Amino acid sequence: MIGEHLPALQVVVPLVAAPLIVLLRSAPLAWLLAVGVSWASLVIAVALLLQVQSGGVISYAIGSWPPPWGIEYRVDALNAYVLVLVGLVASVVAPYARSSVAAELPRERHYLFYCMYMLCLAGLLGIAITGDAFNLFVFLEISSLSTYVLIALGRNRRALLAAYQYLIMGTIGATFYVIGIGLLYLMTGTLNLADMASRLREVHELRPVLAALAFITVGVSLKLALFPLHFWLPNAYACAPSPVTAFLAATATKVSVYVLLRFYFSVFGAAFVFERLPMRGLVLTLSVLAAVTASFVAVFQQDLKRMFAYSSVAQIGYITLGIALVNENGLAGAVVHLFNHGVTKAALFLLVGGIALRTGQVTFERVAGLGRRMPLTSLGIVIAGLSLIGTPGTAGFISKWYLVLGALDRGEWWLAALIVASSLIAVAYVWRFVEAAYLREPAPGVAGSGEAPDGMLVPAWLMVAACVYFGLDTSYSLGGARAAVAVLLGGAP
Amino acid sequence: MTPDAVVLAAPAIPAAGAVAIALLGARPNLREAATLASAAALFLAVLSLLGPVLDGARPGAVLMEILPGVALAFRVEPLGMLFALVASGLWIVNSVYSIGYMRGNGESHQTRFYVCFALALASTMGIAFSANLLTLFIFYEALTLITYPLVTHHGDYEARRGGRTYLGVLLGTSILLLLPAIAVTWAVAGTLDFVPGGILGRGMSNSAIGGLLALYVFGIGKAALMPFHRWLPAAMVAPTPVSALLHAVAVVKAGVFSVVKVIVYVFGIEEIAGLKSVDWLPFVSGFTIIAASIVALRSDNLKRRLAYSTVSQLSYVVLSVSLLAPLSVMGAALHIVAHAVSKITLFFAAGAIYTASHKTEVSQLDGIGLRMPWTMGAFTVGALSLIGVPPAVGFVSKWFIFQGAAATGQYLVMTVLGASALLNAAYFLPIVYAAFFRTPPQDAGHGEAPLPMVLALLATAALTVGLFFYPDIPLALARQLAGS
Repeated sequence: MIGEHLPALQVVVPLVAAPLIVLLRSAPLAWLLAVGVSWASLVIAVALLLQVQSGGVISYAIGSWPPPWGIEYRVDALNAYVLVLVGLVASVVAPYARSSVAAELPRERHYLFYCMYMLCLAGLLGIAITGDAFNLFVFLEISSLSTYVLIALGRNRRALLAAYQYLIMGTIGATFYVIGIGLLYLMTGTLNLADMASRLREVHELRPVLAALAFITVGVSLKLALFPLHFWLPNAYACAPSPVTAFLAATATKVSVYVLLRFYFSVFGAAFVFERLPMRGLVLTLSVLAAVTASFVAVFQQDLKRMFAYSSVAQIGYITLGIALVNENGLAGAVVHLFNHGVTKAALFLLVGGIALRTGQVTFERVAGLGRRMPLTSLGIVIAGLSLIGTPGTAGFISKWYLVLGALDRGEWWLAALIVASSLIAVAYVWRFVEAAYLREPAPGVAGSGEAPDGMLVPAWLMVAACVYFGLDTSYSLGGARAAVAVLLGGAP
Repeated sequence: MTPDAVVLAAPAIPAAGAVAIALLGARPNLREAATLASAAALFLAVLSLLGPVLDGARPGAVLMEILPGVALAFRVEPLGMLFALVASGLWIVNSVYSIGYMRGNGESHQTRFYVCFALALASTMGIAFSANLLTLFIFYEALTLITYPLVTHHGDYEARRGGRTYLGVLLGTSILLLLPAIAVTWAVAGTLDFVPGGILGRGMSNSAIGGLLALYVFGIGKAALMPFHRWLPAAMVAPTPVSALLHAVAVVKAGVFSVVKVIVYVFGIEEIAGLKSVDWLPFVSGFTIIAASIVALRSDNLKRRLAYSTVSQLSYVVLSVSLLAPLSVMGAALHIVAHAVSKITLFFAAGAIYTASHKTEVSQLDGIGLRMPWTMGAFTVGALSLIGVPPAVGFVSKWFIFQGAAATGQYLVMTVLGASALLNAAYFLPIVYAAFFRTPPQDAGHGEAPLPMVLALLATAALTVGLFFYPDIPLALARQLAGS
């Protein structure tokens, strides 16, 4: 009975939790509810994934209005995978948030944080699960608006500026997206993605369709911070409260990538986007530029959060690079990197949050000698950093392996060489941390306080363990990604 | 335990030892006992595999599937058996030596040192017993990373700089060259398993095979083929026990071991013998032998001289396997053993000299043989072995390499071998001469280094001579490798 309504519950549970938290007002209760709801989302997402694996695509008509007239929630191997990622990260970040929020925000705003966190979660899950283009826009706005608030909650006043910057860019992105949808609606008369895909086949070559593709590409690229539309991201990540950074880095951009995948492969069709239009060259160039330049910029940052933020821009470059390979191995690399990078970056930002709690700032001066003051945190950053580099035995290696294979399958040797070469730059910035933490003496005047509280350390280390686990046992992460790729290359959603 | 279970125990024993060492960090005596116990347990475990392997069994174990069709898997073949025996056996001796060295020099962070050391041995066992390229690659990278804290042990500017070179060259080559090589192998062969006779089949053109071989031999930076040899002298900033076991035995041998393994089990000796596209390898390795010897000749720092001597000797292994003849493959396998026991003796002696007298330069060693007769006696044995003088094990391996070169009619290679023996003599014998026949300076007197160190270096010197008279086990394993 409940099993039937899981697609709706996936979004409704966190959506209802948000106003409930406002009514509760009490911080501990709000936290408890947020944790419970996050875990419930994970359970629902896993249940949906299992249902998809056993029974194929799930179509759920909201309010029993049959698609394409009503809003359809449609779950296949691809978005079930993304839902599990979002649920997983939310479930780890929510328990972590308690100590972190208590330290970073004034007490009277705690419930607001959890409320916005629930809204953001609902928005991201909604984007992933809906099969309706306009409904997707609505959830995009829900997640974006709550994200602006979450970033602005950062204790540094620069957080306001960062939030404002993201607000402007995010709004432009959303507007572009909705213009694209408008054009598509004009041409097809439908907002249901599956329906839209089948109707588009007849009007492919018309100029409004091309314009729609352009608008959607730019709009979504802004949200996923594709180079050179990434300028909002480092500021936003650096200034937001720690749990927000971890949550956004691991999920928000990933969900946007999902939207891009959905439109390119399911709605417009890979053959149209990549073969008849020069999109492949465009995406490929931008991806390589992102991977190389953002990695370089990361090497020269003075602030750990900012460094890992630039690293995120580079890693997103790898994901879109995998998309531009448009073959089985390349796409498997892209999709599995959604997951692997999500887990890796969550681990890193959660650990960095612990440092921020103890030392106030996370500049390289402050982390000098950290290996002795916070041994577990430092070791965790090193291990997750290795996953970021793509060391074999960690999750990052699996993604890199498939990206390289994808490039080789196309016979593009130079691209394979570029992929491995750019991961060397990651060695440079990860090793800056290693040298600072283990081979430098702490600066005078830095408080010698110990590890982060267990409430933060345990969730962070769970993610660190996941970085290693998903590098050795890939049956879930890679298996799910390959099923998703089969959907992408198979055609309609 | 069945042999299959012992294979899994081999990496697990030092890893468990590392945990025990970490837990006993506050009680140094118990901590050192844990190191010795795990070293002994590991050696016994590896030794128990020898019988089955000599009888032709290939015990193995499959842990989990990392990529579809490629598992984290172990399989013991003759070369891996030989490598594991050498590394685990010398770990016992080296642990005794380490205890004397670390305490004698009052080094800091000793717990970290022993933990990393045990983990490095665990990675080495993983490399030795790996059943496919991915498993090899995982432990290869792990070995690089876990030895980094050992290289940078002192934590000062020199150590940081050395560590950067160390990591930069080793990770750089493995990521830029080795990883693509493995990916290409997978794309062509559809498997990464080590199979006698090779796995590449007919899927590649001859010139592509030459290119792939270049990716492998340069990508395996631990083999220190020029121009990717700089990490080895850089690693000499580490405490001497690290230089002795890791940078004369485990790490560098992991490099040449991987090269031999790739050529024998991925390319297949018979498959590529006679190909025009792979005949450059003897020249590159021959060049490294000569060039590194010349650098060694010009280095006054003792450890640096030994490091360049290692670079040169490693290329003996690469050179002899690149001749692609059964005798020379045997020579390659034997030289892994011969160089290991000889060079560890030399490093032990260098560390003993440093501990007893704080001397690091060759020019300071006048007359030191009179004060440290045992140490310098052992040094002489190691030096003679590397020159190739009987009765030391170095003679045995060089004999086979020479035979291989003669059998394949590689006169240039024979010239290189001869020239290099002269160069070896030129940079080792003056040290021996100065130590025993020059008058010592009139500074503060000192005797031998602490007893554990002297015992350790005498043990390896004895092994260097003993293996000349009883080379049966290495020979049998090498013969199996060449015959398979």
